[in-house]
Amino acid sequence: MTILLIAEHDNATLSDQTSKTLSAALQIGPDVHVLVAGKGAKAAADAAARLHGVAKVLLAEADELEQRLAEPLAALVVALAADYDTFIAPATASGKNVMPRIAALLDSAQVSEIVEVVSPDTFKRPIYAGNAIQTVQSTDSRKVITVRTASFQPAGEGGSAPIETVNAAENPGVSIFVENKLSDSDRPELTSAKIVISGGRALGSSERFTEVILPIADKLGAAVGASRAAVDAGYAPNDWQVGQTGKIVAPDLYIAVGISGAIQHLAGMKDSKVIVAINKDEEAPIFQVADYGLVGDLFTILPELQKAL
Amino acid sequence: MKVLVPVKRVVDYNVKVRIKSDGSGVELTNVKMSMNPFDEIAVEEAIRLKEAGKVEEIVVVSIGPAQAQETLRTALAMGADRAILVKVEDPVEPLGVAKVLKGIVEEEKPNLVILGKQAIDDDANQTGQMLAALLGWAQGTFVSKLEIDGDRARVTREVDGGLQTIELGLPAIVTTDLRLNEPRYASLPNIMKAKKKPLDEKTAADFGADITPRLKVLRTEEPGGRQAGVKVKSVAELVDKLKNEAGVL
Repeated sequence: MTILLIAEHDNATLSDQTSKTLSAALQIGPDVHVLVAGKGAKAAADAAARLHGVAKVLLAEADELEQRLAEPLAALVVALAADYDTFIAPATASGKNVMPRIAALLDSAQVSEIVEVVSPDTFKRPIYAGNAIQTVQSTDSRKVITVRTASFQPAGEGGSAPIETVNAAENPGVSIFVENKLSDSDRPELTSAKIVISGGRALGSSERFTEVILPIADKLGAAVGASRAAVDAGYAPNDWQVGQTGKIVAPDLYIAVGISGAIQHLAGMKDSKVIVAINKDEEAPIFQVADYGLVGDLFTILPELQKAL
Repeated sequence: MKVLVPVKRVVDYNVKVRIKSDGSGVELTNVKMSMNPFDEIAVEEAIRLKEAGKVEEIVVVSIGPAQAQETLRTALAMGADRAILVKVEDPVEPLGVAKVLKGIVEEEKPNLVILGKQAIDDDANQTGQMLAALLGWAQGTFVSKLEIDGDRARVTREVDGGLQTIELGLPAIVTTDLRLNEPRYASLPNIMKAKKKPLDEKTAADFGADITPRLKVLRTEEPGGRQAGVKVKSVAELVDKLKNEAGVL
């Protein structure tokens, strides 16, 4: 049996989410091919070929694949499907967008956001915002899986897989890319950072979020996250949201500042190795998951912390 | 233009679920149930399109037990025109739901289907994309802004690095993200009026949909617990612990 891993990349670089998904794929079976679909994506394909354990890289390039729109990407995977029995991708915005489309076209029930491979057809996945873990066995002959990458280590490098060019499928032509407005930042990516510092509603404004959280983030080399309340209030952009329906992170150190700790937020960060909570309400639920809690006014504590680091 | 909005009855988002002691699932007896929050956003968006004069009729549909009627009545009270309940006893997987919805779409012929991006019970995030696939329609997922212009929809999507705007040819599927809108509460007069709005009952077989589960749930268990740690008294103590005890700085 051969596994097709749909790579996460931006044409120029391969995301480490691909590498973490590879680790999950290799627990399912030894024969893994990586599909790099894009445009001008040779660099990403080269990076995939270097990952340890990849047997072959497929490179498909076309205008409509540049942004990996769901319809042409799903059509491509379905065109390649005869050679594969497992289709796997990270549960990123792109993976979550395209994989169910592929699953339905293959008449397969997708297994979403697995956190553990029990056997090649049995997986553990969180439900109810991570408040329960389900073990599910797929009875489909072709399996479609997305991976919660926070639960897997990146695969090593040192491979030299061959790269084969494949043709794009006919473009269904029902959607057109208009534009991306992506955050431009030198900070590490939220889902791969070793340290994450997140702010909540207690920050009070976008200005104060910027003034208080960002200098510490930069001093620590940390990625910046936010609670849903902070994003909804406009203090932080949507792509910083950590939680059940935002990003799932598991850094070495997670610092929650002015975040009360709703279950939806905890779902996104409770697998972090060390959690620090800074909150003026000592009853805040965030303290129930924090390794180190500091009760007090964040506007006094954070400048002090910045000096002490 | 006609819009179809599927809604799901789920455990209320404020409830902390309990696992049954035999590991067979989550305790649902005497638990408060509500409309899936993302589906509320979908209903609200459809109503706003109607208020803006872009939509004539909003049909809501739920695939679930008899009690899902309450969820449909909530959507009717918010402002939907008509409801369809596809009655099923057991949980239906997203693929099965998409197959039933395909049948309804073929009958109702909407120009747009708006769905919540995920249900907060199974957290699958699949149904909208699967329905788009089965119909061969365009899909705009995780949408925070929706504009209809003639036979096209322009959607802004919440993606990992920020926002992405794409254009979809109608008919199309849109799935909602949190920032699309803030759903209204139904007023008491509208709740009363909703009781008189039409609600049809159907079965999955009416649409020839095979809803047999493909996934076997072997076990449901508690996640690995996390113990509360210690409270530190000062920033200096915190930094010291992080450096010397936890070793993460």
